[in-house]
Amino acid sequence: MDRKRSSLNLFEDIDLNYKATELRLGLPGTDDQPEIKTSLSGNKRSSSEMESSTCTDENESRSASPTKEQVVGWPPVRSYRRNIVQGKKESSEMGSGMYVKVSMDGAPYLRKVDLKMYRSYEELMEGLQKMFKCIIGLYSEREGYNGSQHAPTYEDKDGDWMLVGDVPWEMFITSCKRLRIMKASEARGLDDSL
Amino acid sequence: MDPNQKRAKAVDRVDSVDTGAASSESTRMCPFPDEVLERVLSLIGSHKDRSSVSLVCKDWYNAERWSRRHVFIGNCYSVSPEIVAARFPRIRSVTLKGKPRFSDFNLVPEDWGADVHPWLSVFSTAYPFLEELRLKRMAVSDESLEFLATNFQGFKALSLLSCDGFSTDGLKAIATNCKNLTELDVQENGIDDLGGHWLSCFPESLSSLEILNFASLNSEVSFDALEKLVSRCKSLRVLKVNRNVSLDQLQKLLLQAPQLMELGTGTFMQELVSGPVTELKNTFSNCKHLVTLSGLWDATPLYLPVIYPACARLTFLNLSYATLRSIELANLLTHSKSLRRLWLLDTVGDKGLEAVGSCCPLLEELRVFPADPFDQEIFLGVTESGFVSVSRGCPKLRYVLYFCRQMTNAAVATIAQNCPDFTHFRLCIMNPGQPDYLTKEPMDEAFGAIVKTCTKLQRLAVSGLLTDRTFEYIGKYAKNLETLSVAFAGSSDLGMEYVLGGCPKLRKLEIRDCPFGNAALLSGLTKYESMRSLWMSACNVTMNGCRELAKEKPRLNVEVMKDEGSDDSQAHKVYVYRTVAGPRRDAPPFVLTL
Repeated sequence: MDRKRSSLNLFEDIDLNYKATELRLGLPGTDDQPEIKTSLSGNKRSSSEMESSTCTDENESRSASPTKEQVVGWPPVRSYRRNIVQGKKESSEMGSGMYVKVSMDGAPYLRKVDLKMYRSYEELMEGLQKMFKCIIGLYSEREGYNGSQHAPTYEDKDGDWMLVGDVPWEMFITSCKRLRIMKASEARGLDDSL
Repeated sequence: MDPNQKRAKAVDRVDSVDTGAASSESTRMCPFPDEVLERVLSLIGSHKDRSSVSLVCKDWYNAERWSRRHVFIGNCYSVSPEIVAARFPRIRSVTLKGKPRFSDFNLVPEDWGADVHPWLSVFSTAYPFLEELRLKRMAVSDESLEFLATNFQGFKALSLLSCDGFSTDGLKAIATNCKNLTELDVQENGIDDLGGHWLSCFPESLSSLEILNFASLNSEVSFDALEKLVSRCKSLRVLKVNRNVSLDQLQKLLLQAPQLMELGTGTFMQELVSGPVTELKNTFSNCKHLVTLSGLWDATPLYLPVIYPACARLTFLNLSYATLRSIELANLLTHSKSLRRLWLLDTVGDKGLEAVGSCCPLLEELRVFPADPFDQEIFLGVTESGFVSVSRGCPKLRYVLYFCRQMTNAAVATIAQNCPDFTHFRLCIMNPGQPDYLTKEPMDEAFGAIVKTCTKLQRLAVSGLLTDRTFEYIGKYAKNLETLSVAFAGSSDLGMEYVLGGCPKLRKLEIRDCPFGNAALLSGLTKYESMRSLWMSACNVTMNGCRELAKEKPRLNVEVMKDEGSDDSQAHKVYVYRTVAGPRRDAPPFVLTL
């Protein structure tokens, strides 16, 4: 198993856990931890979600035990309840939304977030910080994100790269095409030119 | 069966005043006619009380069986339909439960059993005047529903909860044929939804409906048919529609049925102009009897306020389909001070729960479901702090179901102190075997605090990293515990032994993925006959252990479900239950009765 490790500290704990996402016939779990069985029903997820969700845990005990997606019938939530959020995503007719790519300078691969899942910039920042294990800091109209290590930017409908936070949230999510978390040093350059 | 054989006939004995004798052969001065006894006993509703009554003596047993109108069968395999029909000749209402509860989480294979049809066959001759049938976790086919609809002339009420095997065609049969239908309640079933035409099958003459719940069906029904049905059923008090019913349509329905007591809305998102929104608010305001509200799919801050006028009267609010955030919930709750029961999604976060604590002092039941149980990035959910906030503001809490990703022993101890009246405590820390996230210790002390402080506890579900100590506490302190659910917990056989050795009122024990083996299983030899059932899956029990249990206890059914391709000596899924009906005659090939 060839595990690619990033030079950045942020990704040291990633275990891409290829074995867990391996497709195979017959009962899994026979050569892995015997207690955990692959989910046989209900939880259908795209493979990209499967891979990404095994990575971001900092919690010690979680990285020690297998990912819980693998366990049949756990957590004990009825299947009709599992699709409430999914259903909401699918049936959403307001705006155009809304998975956008998120890149972070120095990260080996991009991520995707659904902007409809957030109701404010605060929540989006929280989500991004958790996902990339970075600190973005507070927005101010005058200073932008000065004083923090990273600055979030986005590409709008016109193809311009804008600083996140200037426009009302509702307007932002309809015009945001992709996100890029820039290193603060580069972002300062962006500010200077405004 | 008759402990009082030596006594004189059990009449209302009047001992002779002059003798003052305590002898059991007192003169029978006032014969108490059976009819009177039956009349008196018919006033007793609780099936547990009736069970006690039937044990007094033969006369009371007979009077009770003739006067019983409703029978509750908690495990369909504990008794046979023939036995029930022989004992109770005049039943009008049956409640029947089938599969083990873990079938809700896909742990029981399809075709396991619990087919309702054999029951219906017997009932069609024994109880042709059957009026009510309530099924939970039973296998129900369209043929069965059609049989029900056509063989019971006065049939009135059908409730199907977590059943599977039927389609909307079966519902068509019910709607078409049951001329006196008062209740059709279809919840959370594994149903084949072939379309909404079933609702249009209610004849124009049918106006007796009081309860209609089709919230969990996916297909759209004809709104025209629905509106007409609602308008002619003047006694309708419970209406729960599905997500396809729009706000506009809901408005029209409510205008027809302002007498509703329980409402399940359809979708709460729509492109509306502001005019109709105030109209909708007025309509809700006119529903003076509304005490329960659910549905509210896709509710956003834009339309949620229309329910505010009705909130003051609500005692039960089910928001578990609405992805509300803390602020939206807080605003809503300021109008809902009378709430007794509240169901939420964890999208409301700890802040939302703070609002619960400050707005709902009368709260008795809280359920917090995970919006996205598998995706750890998007929703942070709730933590121990939210639970503590609720406990501070809601001292009357007795029922909690709480899904979270982190918990501490200290928090649970505080919660127990704040709410000592818990009767149902179901805590699910979603990552299996997770310790106290601050101290890194097992969660033993948390559940210890619960069982020590909450003496009325009847139902407990544990989670997190737990050693045998948790079970030692449970066995020692949980004197009223009836139902216990355990997963990914315990260190050795001792754990299960503690529980089986204590907990005098234990009736249902369900265990999965725990290191309990044969010694633990067999330690309950004397206990299982006083319980409804035991479930053990992915534990360390072997076939030999199960065989021994079966041999020692012939009045138990010891069933093992075989997993294909796995070790034959291991018993992967074990289901043990008491029965007077003997081994199952309808067991599929993968169920072995030992």
